[in-house]
Amino acid sequence: MSGGYLTIRNLSAVLRDTGERVLRSVDIDLQPGTIRGLVGESGAGKSMIGKAVLGVLPKALKVVEGEILIDGQDLLKLKDADRRRLIGASTALIPQDPLTALNPSHRIGPQITNRLVDILGWTRRAAEVRALEVLEEVQIADAARVMRQYPHELSGGMRQRILIASAFAAEPKLIIADEPTTALDVTVQKQILKLISNLQARHGTALLFVTHDLGVVAKICDSLSVLYGGKVVEDTDVASFFNGPHHAYGRALLAATPRHTDPDASLLPVPDDVIAAVRAELGEADRQWVRHD
Amino acid sequence: MLDGRGAVKRRAGARLWLSGLWLAIVALAAVFAPLIAPHDPLMQDLLYGRLPPFWMAGAEPGYLLGTDSLGRDVLSRLIHGARIALIVALVAGIGTCLIGSTLGLIAGYYRGWADRIISRLVDIWMAFPPILFAILLIAVIGTGLTSVIVAIVVIDWTRFCRVVRAETLNQSQMDYVHSARIAGFTRMKTMLSEILPNVLPTIVALLSLEMGIAVIVEAILSFVNLSISTDQPTWGGMIAEGRLSIHQAWWVLVFPLITLFLTVLSFAQFGEGLKDRFDPVLR
Ligand SMILES: Nc1ncnc2c1ncn2[C@@H]1O[C@H](COP(=O)(O)OP(=O)(O)O)[C@@H](O)[C@H]1O
Ligand SMILES: [Mg+2]
Repeated sequence: MSGGYLTIRNLSAVLRDTGERVLRSVDIDLQPGTIRGLVGESGAGKSMIGKAVLGVLPKALKVVEGEILIDGQDLLKLKDADRRRLIGASTALIPQDPLTALNPSHRIGPQITNRLVDILGWTRRAAEVRALEVLEEVQIADAARVMRQYPHELSGGMRQRILIASAFAAEPKLIIADEPTTALDVTVQKQILKLISNLQARHGTALLFVTHDLGVVAKICDSLSVLYGGKVVEDTDVASFFNGPHHAYGRALLAATPRHTDPDASLLPVPDDVIAAVRAELGEADRQWVRHD
Repeated sequence: MLDGRGAVKRRAGARLWLSGLWLAIVALAAVFAPLIAPHDPLMQDLLYGRLPPFWMAGAEPGYLLGTDSLGRDVLSRLIHGARIALIVALVAGIGTCLIGSTLGLIAGYYRGWADRIISRLVDIWMAFPPILFAILLIAVIGTGLTSVIVAIVVIDWTRFCRVVRAETLNQSQMDYVHSARIAGFTRMKTMLSEILPNVLPTIVALLSLEMGIAVIVEAILSFVNLSISTDQPTWGGMIAEGRLSIHQAWWVLVFPLITLFLTVLSFAQFGEGLKDRFDPVLR
């Protein structure tokens, strides 16, 4: 479990107020050029893992132990400015909600190019050429016109394409996609998914793909981590997961996901006894963690 | 949906233009007062005392809105009064806006101890009844135009601070703010170029409203004789004097009241209209 582009080791985060653990000794390894799915029900801590990596955890949370290695460098040991520089140059986020991820006050063009110019030191001209290029890569016709438009003039699917283009613009080594299709309707979801996996393959990006949909994992991921209550309960490659998960929770999750006939049915609940068992496991882990602290 | 938006736009347009028109008239009157005013606003002529406005019996040509009990031309005094009103509106409005908005932005975006101190200060400030606060302040720092402006800024910065803080908090949670930070922009840069443009429509609306409030406060302070020296015509001073002769010459009271009312209303409406115009989603 090493040599990944992104390696998270033993990462725990707590709520500042109560001391309750939100991330429980998380280990995640993401190899260069591969896609790892991060799966779990709502509130499992998927977004917090992404935010911890990107350095934008909410103030209410605090990392108390662990390492986040990008290309071998521990982000948590770097000075704030150095960490921002490393993240800014190597990493990008594809956010969940295309409605709030673009600034309503600015035109599309600058929202893609400002970062290239101000942070990465490109010339304005080069940045604009690059923006046109990536917008065409995400199949936006008339990219030059779109760059002059405001976000509210564009559809949700269009905005998500722009966010994807923007994420790939600086050729990052690592992209974190936080449920990038959840806010979109089903037909658009499929196109966006395909777009992301095509771009990922072409650019050889390491992609951490947060989702609660195992169907999506089956389609595009190489490996996956199943998260429950901030703990990784299953860490495996996709083929062996779908051939039979090792953990009871993973099995229940898989059993609850029908083979993609009825999209709503994927929200079937996991049986109570399985939940009780996982909860007990978390409780035990917490007791040991406190003792070892 | 599109129709609704169109209707909003049209209504916003009408109020923007009507209120803008009135404010332009007031501004022109203030700037060119000596050229426009038909008479010297201070010139007394007891022979011409309490002349009624032009449409009433006994009106004198040349005194469109009549004269007060000392024979001073009401229209000329209104026109000259616009000067004090506008100076107070501009200086006090902008001062209040700068101080309140800056503190609100900092509190809402940086949070932490800065927010705790600023929010506490706002709470303490808001516990004082504002007019009483103003009168106390003036009693301490003395009367005069500068005192009036200082009093308004000192009292009313909280209005901006509270609203701007809330709006900034709101914007800070948006994903685009996170994205800017992830990309590597500093907090200062993120606050100024990502958040501020989205809070600006609210600030502009508040600024216009505040200018109206400044005009009222100045009028109230003139009314109780705490503003500038009495021989300079002010709307508040005219209202105070007009009140004394309401039964003999109602116009001395009513015209400054109407002027004051229209001006304050226009400032508020103009702000709302501008806000809609600035709003990127309605634009
Ligand atoms: N701003 C916050 N303040 C306090 N707790 C939070 C905050 N954001 C998230 N959490 C906690 O972190 C947990 C994990 O949240 P999250 O990572 O967003 O879940 P998800 O897996 O749905 O993305 C939640 O159960 C919640 O209790
Ligand atoms: Mg989430």
